[in-house]
Amino acid sequence: MEPQLSWYLALSAVLFTIGMAGVIIKRNIIAMFMCIELMLNAVNLTFVAFASFFHDVTGQLFVFIVMTVAAAEAAVGLGIIIAIFRNRETLDVDEASILKF
Amino acid sequence: MLALLFILFGAMAIGCALAVVAQRNPLYSAISLIGVFISLACLYVTLAAPFIAAVQVIVYAGAIMVLVVFVIMLLNVEEEEHRRPRLRFLVPAAVALAGVLIAEVAFILVTVQTSPVVPGSSTSDVGLTQSIGSALFTQYLLPFEITSILLLMAIVGAMTLARRGGLLPPRDQVKRNE
Repeated sequence: MEPQLSWYLALSAVLFTIGMAGVIIKRNIIAMFMCIELMLNAVNLTFVAFASFFHDVTGQLFVFIVMTVAAAEAAVGLGIIIAIFRNRETLDVDEASILKF
Repeated sequence: MLALLFILFGAMAIGCALAVVAQRNPLYSAISLIGVFISLACLYVTLAAPFIAAVQVIVYAGAIMVLVVFVIMLLNVEEEEHRRPRLRFLVPAAVALAGVLIAEVAFILVTVQTSPVVPGSSTSDVGLTQSIGSALFTQYLLPFEITSILLLMAIVGAMTLARRGGLLPPRDQVKRNE
């Protein structure tokens, strides 16, 4: 039996949900960033599955753009993390609560 | 055969994704995330997307995760201590919300059965580098150029953020320009 489109969409949904749960659960900011990358990859899988099943190259092209945006976001995000660590000496997001009233 | 490959790589992806969330050491999470990327690249090959699979391994596993591992080593990140989080029921609430999301997606997938029956074979013409390139440079030229400007902004931003002197130049340098 060939894998159907709904199989790939279900796998992508499960990966996205695991990434979302990781962003909620994790306290280390680098681990939260990695769960965000997991969510982006789940969306990439959806795009590639649709491109394959509808014989359209637009899906794969958008995956290319998403990967580029993810690389740019990784560079800037890790720069921000380094800047935060220089000021605070901790990577715990529970400690970054100055804006809470 | 394709179903067997899908089950194999899908199980590997889900297992490594659960390891990313469950591990307390962020370095182990990074290595599990590399496992997720490689299993997704294998899935892309079965979905007639060899170029995207190669770009996934090169960009995600080869550049982004190397950057993350550099930062983990640079900042000397330790394991998460077993401290009680601020919301006491954070982990059960997250698991419950994840279950709700999966139930919603399963409901949608079961009720909407209009997916096409013919899947793309692994040797179809869609995912070749030539077709992606010809679409990228003719029909989707504007997103390509905007993406290059975005990369330039990211480079300038990352260099400004991670500079040793901080964000602003020191005051005597500003006065010297007058």
